Amino acid sequence: MSGQNAEGRALHAVPEVATEKLTIAQAVRDAMLEEMDGNDRVIVLGEDVGVDGGVFRATEGLIERYGPERVIDTPVAESAIVGMSVGLAATGFRPIAEIQFMGFVYPAINQLFGHAARMRNRTRGRLSCPMVVRMPYGGGIHPPEHHSESYEALFLNTPGFKVVVPSNPYDAKGLLVSAIRDDDPVLFMEPKRIYRAFRDAVPAESYTVPLGKADIAREGTDVTLIAWGAMVRVCLDASEVLARNEISAEVVDLRTLNPLDRETMIESVVKTGRAVVVHEAVRTGGFGAEIAAQISEHALLQLEAPIQRVTGFDVVFPLAQNEKHYLPSRQRVVKAVEKVLAF
Amino acid sequence: MPRTKVYEAVTERLEILDTEGRVDAALMPEIDPSRTRDLYRDMVLMRTFDTKALKLQRQGRMGTWPPIKGQEAIQAGVALAMGDNDWLIPAFREHGIMVLRGVPLHLVFAYWAGDERGSSYPEEVRCFPVAVPVGSQWQHGTGVGLSLKLRDEDAVAVTFGGDGSTSEGDFHEAVNCAGVFGTKTVFVIQNNQWAISVPLHRQTAAETLAQKAHAYGIPGIQVDGNDVFAVYAAATEAIERTRRGEGPSLIEAVTYRLGDHTTADDASRYRSEEELEEWEGRDPILRLRRYLVEQGLWDDDQETVLLEEAASWVDGQVKALEEMEPQAPEEIFTSMYAALPPHVVEQMQSLLEEVRS
Ligand SMILES: Cc1ncc(C[n+]2csc(CCOP(=O)(O)OP(=O)(O)O)c2C)c(N)n1
Ligand SMILES: [Mg+2]
Repeated sequence: MSGQNAEGRALHAVPEVATEKLTIAQAVRDAMLEEMDGNDRVIVLGEDVGVDGGVFRATEGLIERYGPERVIDTPVAESAIVGMSVGLAATGFRPIAEIQFMGFVYPAINQLFGHAARMRNRTRGRLSCPMVVRMPYGGGIHPPEHHSESYEALFLNTPGFKVVVPSNPYDAKGLLVSAIRDDDPVLFMEPKRIYRAFRDAVPAESYTVPLGKADIAREGTDVTLIAWGAMVRVCLDASEVLARNEISAEVVDLRTLNPLDRETMIESVVKTGRAVVVHEAVRTGGFGAEIAAQISEHALLQLEAPIQRVTGFDVVFPLAQNEKHYLPSRQRVVKAVEKVLAF
Repeated sequence: MPRTKVYEAVTERLEILDTEGRVDAALMPEIDPSRTRDLYRDMVLMRTFDTKALKLQRQGRMGTWPPIKGQEAIQAGVALAMGDNDWLIPAFREHGIMVLRGVPLHLVFAYWAGDERGSSYPEEVRCFPVAVPVGSQWQHGTGVGLSLKLRDEDAVAVTFGGDGSTSEGDFHEAVNCAGVFGTKTVFVIQNNQWAISVPLHRQTAAETLAQKAHAYGIPGIQVDGNDVFAVYAAATEAIERTRRGEGPSLIEAVTYRLGDHTTADDASRYRSEEELEEWEGRDPILRLRRYLVEQGLWDDDQETVLLEEAASWVDGQVKALEEMEPQAPEEIFTSMYAALPPHVVEQMQSLLEEVRS
């Protein structure tokens, strides 16, 4: 076991520059701040993103710095937030739209799927939508109804989006900078459960983490755990438990789901011969199914055991009291690993 | 070719009870004194349980709670205007009227404490569950109103939402369809002037929300939402109109959210103390009490008794909440379908194995 810091996550190749200890929420804000500084076509819009600084404080201080024309408090209208972003993006702006919670994206789906994802293709490249749609996603904070959903599969099943899900502050900043600079629409899912769970050293200056490059969050030899966002932490926790039983798990943090870094993932599975995919979205039609299919296509004969999925159940995300029964836990991951090892 | 006026509209505002507790006798609806006292009791009850919920939340016995403080007159006034068979289709800040319509308070508490059974109301209660996705419920109000019309039932649908929700497409589609189909729907906007941190003037460039009714060809009126008599009068007119088969209408009740958006919010970040104080002075409960006292219908002794009764009733509801058996783990599955598909049954069994081991 190597390359781990005290918090049990991988050490990144942090460059030799001034760093700050930031949470994911602060790192997200930092990325927007720097890109807005560098490019006055970068604007932020969404519900409560201005004066309030966002319900998770991810846009705190932006309106004071860039004014209400670049940090726009919109009416409660998700279709307008995204639809206007399409219009802005196609004519030279780089909007960063915030959907307050992923569970509230539905009114905007028509604009996202019907237009943002298609503009480049429809116009044969004459118009495009260089925009980022940020959404806090996922469970674990005991909120009211509709505040815990993970809908990445919908977006991965709609060609035209890039889909990015950071799992730590360093990646959150670097990936968001890449997303803002990207020439296509990017869905940027923020794991709200770990928004403020821990801090990382994050370079004060601008840097990018490339889209389409997975991270080996922990090296191991016996089994590959594949995850993204908040579930990376769960996998790292599970790896600690497994390590006590002399089981060496490798954790692949995909970081971006489209483009998918198949190479890193397959290489790891070929090395360990065993794969467990972990996501908190519902099981059926979840992205874990796609990953399992790709592993089968590219490494079936190197597998020592059938691929396992640890996922949410095929149910409506439960209200707070039963949330614990829904969310993939460290124990469930450990059990799945034991199963692939015992095969 | 002439250039002529093809449409002109006037939007009225109704006020009956002023902040000093004086009424405009010409506009005062007929309500007998005991009913007026009931209205006051209802509003005090709402304030009592709302305050209790905030306290429970601070103690970790309640989840996120959206307070209704300041909006009691709208909920009591509309409830009084509704008939027994009418349907209520709420958004998420309507606990007051929900309870008055028969939703047990301990279930309202259970829902906000994170228990799905909190939306399983007694069979006879004609009330939809809370709708958290802003604006979505307006469409159900139109649908229920259409259903009542098609089935020729002697009942109307009363649907609620906030000022912010009028910015969602759903609001416009719902009111438009209600107009087109002449549904038996009354739309009540609780305009508390804030949608979390966004003030009304950033929500719409229109001067009123009531005037939006004109665009969809239905009547609309603005009322002082802290004036229970104005609310009652407007709601009665609207409900009776649609009951007679004369179509839907819309009420904008102007009020103020005296509390934070929810217990997860801190309103002092975005609105001034002065504004809050100004609206505290227009408290709908104080206003009605002044009227009652002035009329000789209320005194300090009655007030003391009421506060005690309200507190003990609410405590009883908290007790009922806390005596609910915890939900069984499999309940995350059991209400998903009328008949569970096999793969869901498998998942349920795997969860049960896990919790038993
Ligand atoms: C579709 C949707 N978008 C965003 C939210 C988050 N949200 C909850 S309440 C609210 C503001 C609603 O304001 P308003 O309609 O005025 O109702 P109020 O809270 O004032 O009662 C927002 C943006 C949501 N619940 N649903
Ligand atoms: Mg409001």
